[in-house]
Amino acid sequence: MKKSKLRNAEELFFRGVMIISSSVIGLALFLILWSIIKRGLPALSWDMLTQTPKGGFYFGKEGGIANAIVGSLYLASGATLLAMILGIPVSLYMNVNLHKRKKLVNSIRFLLDVMWGIPSIVYGAFGFTFMIYFGMHSSLLAGILTVTLFIIPIMIRSIDEVLMSVPKGLMEASYSLGSTQSETSYKVFLRQCISGVTTAVLLSFGRAIGDAASVLFTTGYTDHMPTSLTQPTATLPLAIFFQMSSPIAEVKERAYASALILTVLILFISIIARIISTRYQKHKIKI
Amino acid sequence: MSGKPKIIIKDLNLHFGKQHVLRNVTANIPEKQITVILGPSGCGKTTLLKTMNRLTDLYPNVKLDGSIHIGNDDILHTKKDITEIRRHMGLLSQRPYPLPMNIFNNVAYGLRISGRKSKKYLKPRVKHYLEMANLWEEVKDRLHDSASSLSIGQQQRLCLARGLSVDPDIILADEPTSALDPLSSEVIENKFVELKSQYTIVMVTHSLQQARRIADYVIFMYLGEIIEQGPAKEFFNTPKQDLTKKYIKGLFN
Repeated sequence: MKKSKLRNAEELFFRGVMIISSSVIGLALFLILWSIIKRGLPALSWDMLTQTPKGGFYFGKEGGIANAIVGSLYLASGATLLAMILGIPVSLYMNVNLHKRKKLVNSIRFLLDVMWGIPSIVYGAFGFTFMIYFGMHSSLLAGILTVTLFIIPIMIRSIDEVLMSVPKGLMEASYSLGSTQSETSYKVFLRQCISGVTTAVLLSFGRAIGDAASVLFTTGYTDHMPTSLTQPTATLPLAIFFQMSSPIAEVKERAYASALILTVLILFISIIARIISTRYQKHKIKI
Repeated sequence: MSGKPKIIIKDLNLHFGKQHVLRNVTANIPEKQITVILGPSGCGKTTLLKTMNRLTDLYPNVKLDGSIHIGNDDILHTKKDITEIRRHMGLLSQRPYPLPMNIFNNVAYGLRISGRKSKKYLKPRVKHYLEMANLWEEVKDRLHDSASSLSIGQQQRLCLARGLSVDPDIILADEPTSALDPLSSEVIENKFVELKSQYTIVMVTHSLQQARRIADYVIFMYLGEIIEQGPAKEFFNTPKQDLTKKYIKGLFN
């Protein structure tokens, strides 16, 4: 009797903790969205989306941040694409070719996790020293390379995490049909994990488009539409930063509008990625 | 020894790290018959089966000695590409693992990776193998559905069709009916009996009844060793070893 009372109390306590922490997270998310929408929506206009900053933009006059929207999309897509091209083969290699070498793979995982944890400003500084070494100016290309570097651990480890869950029987089935290692990788493992790859791409893209520190030195900033890989390029996080640090109220409001644009952009891409992944997930073998 | 031997295993020893899993295994597996590897759990019968198409390569710390001859090749020491050798063997595992693609592509996969890619060629072949596995009638209208939408018994037959599609000489089966309902098990068993005129079938099982029903040749293993082997009739009617007698009477453990 006494024991069951204690167990009930324990149950109650943990349930309480769970409810509280879930509400705190939910509330935080809601407040962030609310403050962005409340302050950003009134300042949002068609011009914001379609115009580049004109002469008086930073004093609250006409213009928009189309250059930063386009720049951010270029930057994040470019970096995500590069990280995919490098990351998918690496994670497959770790799980198929290095399948037997658990120790080696685990050390690679550890190193990647450390890389994941390095703050993006460090990647920015690293990219910057590299650029100086090669005599490069801040440019879209330098930004893409730096961001690629810092999203690659995210890409590899999130794909790796789903590849790890592929049952051994599927691997044996593939080999016993006479598949090579690369056929096993690309025709079986990758298909089985397509939803995990989508999640990885999404996570990486989100980090790439939202990060300010790594692009601060490497991509630079400009008021023009990006037209070349070798020119400095505007990005949304920096656009938010510059507008936010302005003393002029209207410009500050526009910072919130920019934040709203960034949020909606990420939301939009998430939805597209989810649709793609459910489309391709239907062949996944359920274990 | 009845029939010509297809797989000749000689002095096979296998270690997983320090664990001695197979001990001096020597056996001749007859061609175009059903050989059943029988024994209690953990006796090394699955491992023995997996050495035959070198799936043991996928495990770390495996040490193999001895030889397994299939045709003219010692598959443990051959310079031939192992994927080439595996193509001559179909595998059915304990539970079916269809590939993450639709039903048609599951069967076409083996043909495609060996270079036969034209739709015109594939369509009749896929139909043929699905018919061989008694599955065609059930799936002919849903070939483009995902393989995972099939029942587990159907999935196992799909895996059989897939295994047959690479045109093997040997079918390896690792307790292929243990996850299936009695009806699906019967289908697989009957299919094996039907297929043995064309294929050499090696099946692992721990079910005595199943072995009695379909075996032509029996290998009885215990703790990594072959205790007794011989044609099924002799094995079940006049076992020579005490251990075998006990096992057949169900007095084990």
